[in-house]
Amino acid sequence: MLPDANPIYGESPQCDLHADLHEIVARHCGEKTNLLQLLIEVQACAGYIPDDAASYIAAALDIPRARIESVASFYSFLHLQPAGEYRVLFSDNITDRMLGNQDLMEQMCRQLWVQPGKVSEDGLLSINTTSCTGMCDQGPAMLVNGHAITRLGSQRIQEIGQLIRNRTPVAEWPADYFKVENNIRRGGLILDNKLAYGQVLQATRAVAPATIIDTIKGSNLRGRGGAGFPTGMKWAACRDAQGDAHYVVCNADEGEPGTFKDRVLLTTQADLVFEGMTLCARAVGAKKGFLYLRGEYRYLLGHLHAVLQRRRDSELLGENILGEQGFDFDIEIHLGAGAYICGEESALIESLEGKRGVPRNRPPFPVTHGYLQQPTAVDNVETFCQAVLALHMGAVAYHAIGTEKSSGSKLISVSGDCASPGIYEYPFGVSVRQILSDCGAVNTRAVQISGPSGICIGEHEFERKLGFEDLPTAGAFMVFDDSRDMFEVARNFVHFFAHESCGFCTPCRVGTSMLKQTMDKVAAGHGTQHDLTEIENLDHVLQTTSHCGLGRTACNPVLHTLKHFRPAYESRLKSLDFEPAFDLDGALARARQMTGRDDAGAHLKENE
Amino acid sequence: MTDTFQLDGVSVPFEPGQTVMQAALAADHYIPHLCYHPEFKPHGSCKLCTVKVNGRTMASCTMPAEAGLEVQSEIEELNALRRTLVQMLFAEGNHFCPSCEKSGNCMLQALGYDLEVHAAGFRHQYPDRPLDASHPDILLDFNRCILCELCVRASSEVDGKNVFALAGRGNSKHLIVNAESGQLKDTDISLSDKAMQVCPVGVILPKRVGFSQPIGERRYDESPISAQALQDAPRPPSGAKHD
Repeated sequence: MLPDANPIYGESPQCDLHADLHEIVARHCGEKTNLLQLLIEVQACAGYIPDDAASYIAAALDIPRARIESVASFYSFLHLQPAGEYRVLFSDNITDRMLGNQDLMEQMCRQLWVQPGKVSEDGLLSINTTSCTGMCDQGPAMLVNGHAITRLGSQRIQEIGQLIRNRTPVAEWPADYFKVENNIRRGGLILDNKLAYGQVLQATRAVAPATIIDTIKGSNLRGRGGAGFPTGMKWAACRDAQGDAHYVVCNADEGEPGTFKDRVLLTTQADLVFEGMTLCARAVGAKKGFLYLRGEYRYLLGHLHAVLQRRRDSELLGENILGEQGFDFDIEIHLGAGAYICGEESALIESLEGKRGVPRNRPPFPVTHGYLQQPTAVDNVETFCQAVLALHMGAVAYHAIGTEKSSGSKLISVSGDCASPGIYEYPFGVSVRQILSDCGAVNTRAVQISGPSGICIGEHEFERKLGFEDLPTAGAFMVFDDSRDMFEVARNFVHFFAHESCGFCTPCRVGTSMLKQTMDKVAAGHGTQHDLTEIENLDHVLQTTSHCGLGRTACNPVLHTLKHFRPAYESRLKSLDFEPAFDLDGALARARQMTGRDDAGAHLKENE
Repeated sequence: MTDTFQLDGVSVPFEPGQTVMQAALAADHYIPHLCYHPEFKPHGSCKLCTVKVNGRTMASCTMPAEAGLEVQSEIEELNALRRTLVQMLFAEGNHFCPSCEKSGNCMLQALGYDLEVHAAGFRHQYPDRPLDASHPDILLDFNRCILCELCVRASSEVDGKNVFALAGRGNSKHLIVNAESGQLKDTDISLSDKAMQVCPVGVILPKRVGFSQPIGERRYDESPISAQALQDAPRPPSGAKHD
């Protein structure tokens, strides 16, 4: 059996969309804000969103039909055309690549006679890549019809190919495939907490909301999503903002490649997360909360729903929580569907409202104009956990942990070239070298801190410390040893940003895809000095004119690797003083494909 | 007494709620723009209107005006960025000015001239974007779409029809129409719609009138876009009318 036993979201071989569509729409009360959730269910049921289903939903929700297409096409897990009974997506983070995912994907394509990105002739399957699925500590990983599979190897790929060929329903595949380990290597404040569920809510029953906020302020707690905004200030601003209703949103759209701490927190500390949200609700005066869970973690739904239900049964959620008159709060889980940009808080809110996840113009900020234009506190999964600990320990004791400007602990997701990838919790202020030593990394060439949008540091910087003073991080820690080619690392990240750009603003939409083409050109050995100049020019435009953080940080991987590892780029350049505008040999690629040839005779000689 | 901010060293008055762009245009100061249209809520996607506010780069069309801001716009550093953005838009779509019936009336082309974009700058992407000629009176040439969403906004906010929408994301983002067939003939668009008038480039075209106004006598043949934009800018009723 699959870990996800939830009948609503689970793949069901008996699903009959025509019979179920009416019920799916009814379950979402015909609410426009549930459009994305509704489309995710249709996708899970039918494998894609058929034309007639789109028309039916548009009529039922009284929205233009084009909006269905507009929303569905924004999210990479939703399909408006049949994409195969089995939709195989290989996680394509650099860590998956280092573990050999490309060979495995090629093996599977050969075995099943299918080209990457195309649906097989018989409609049985499609094979493609997807952005990091958050399993970097147990990769290579894949998603099959949305279900996460870890620790792929040649043998497992062979077996999966056979299961697909035999049309065995995914629900009947060996449970071992779907096993996700927590890999907690070092505990601390959060991971070793001995709190009983509801304990801190109970303890703060008599505490005024303003005092809760003061404690959070005094604890110096800062957001763990990477930006480090002071949590107490955010909650206070949200509480003070005028509105018909206030909302609490937990950002569990952990999309930054190399990060998987929220996966582990939601697995092992779900109560702490929900307790933090409930305390926040009490502080800001919210009655409703959302957990926005990335689609890749759909397998956690059954577990999370069970925890929510237990909390409702224990009077920790619902009306009059713990008997306090008027303290009403409940939490709804919304799923994402393959869009990194929804980790940006205003894009996340758009997505919660059932729209395309495009970041809003700011100001106004979500604390005053968030979900449905109402005051909304959006915080990271780990931030809510830290908030509970801060309230439990008190401001002074919590403030004392870590460094002056970075209080408390931080969960680090370690992956890449090391003996023990997994989750490590440290007080802020730990050095990169310490973590490298603890995870058993040797001959380390570079570490990517906080994912592709973060920074890449070389060996001479390993004494630097994690914290807002020096190296701010959302938690990703990818290790590269001296066998790795840092140009290929940067190229992987550039591909990631081009795939995840929402396309709203000119610089990011065009710039990330041009950057990708230029990096590919250099990789293919056709680059010149001119291309390095173009890369630097694109970086500048992205950095200065992009609409949101995605575009502004999309050039970081290239900027940092160019700074530290410029020879990795220059060794690939042709020593030409002109730029070849046309790749004569490349133009023959289609002819080679049609004739099934790839021998030397099918290629033009390089004349230099 | 109204508040003011500084734009390139000149005092610009503003009303509460105005953005930097709105206040600047009303006070007869031009900031280059493409997706901004005085009759619609600022969008902030093309980024042509990027200015420096107290040293930080921001889109001026969405940036709320505040007393005492130091805004820089007419500086080479920003115009260089704007030129690159125009080059990006040209490279992203299929823009063949000499054979385009919008030539001379096209904002992208006019901005190219006004900002002195002399070269392509980037490799062209040559995307495959089929035309939609299904409607008896209207042609859609998606090759020229710059994804400013003005037609989407006009159709929804003014016409109340939602004929247009955007689909896809990243560089596969594209304009679609509201019909199961995907064709314009199956929508309720009409020639008198606001959506017919707002396309800054040559995507939405009425058929059979393309060259009734000869090239050479068109909008941006008369005066450059920087002057035209100021003539079009809405002025407060009490303010001096531009002539």
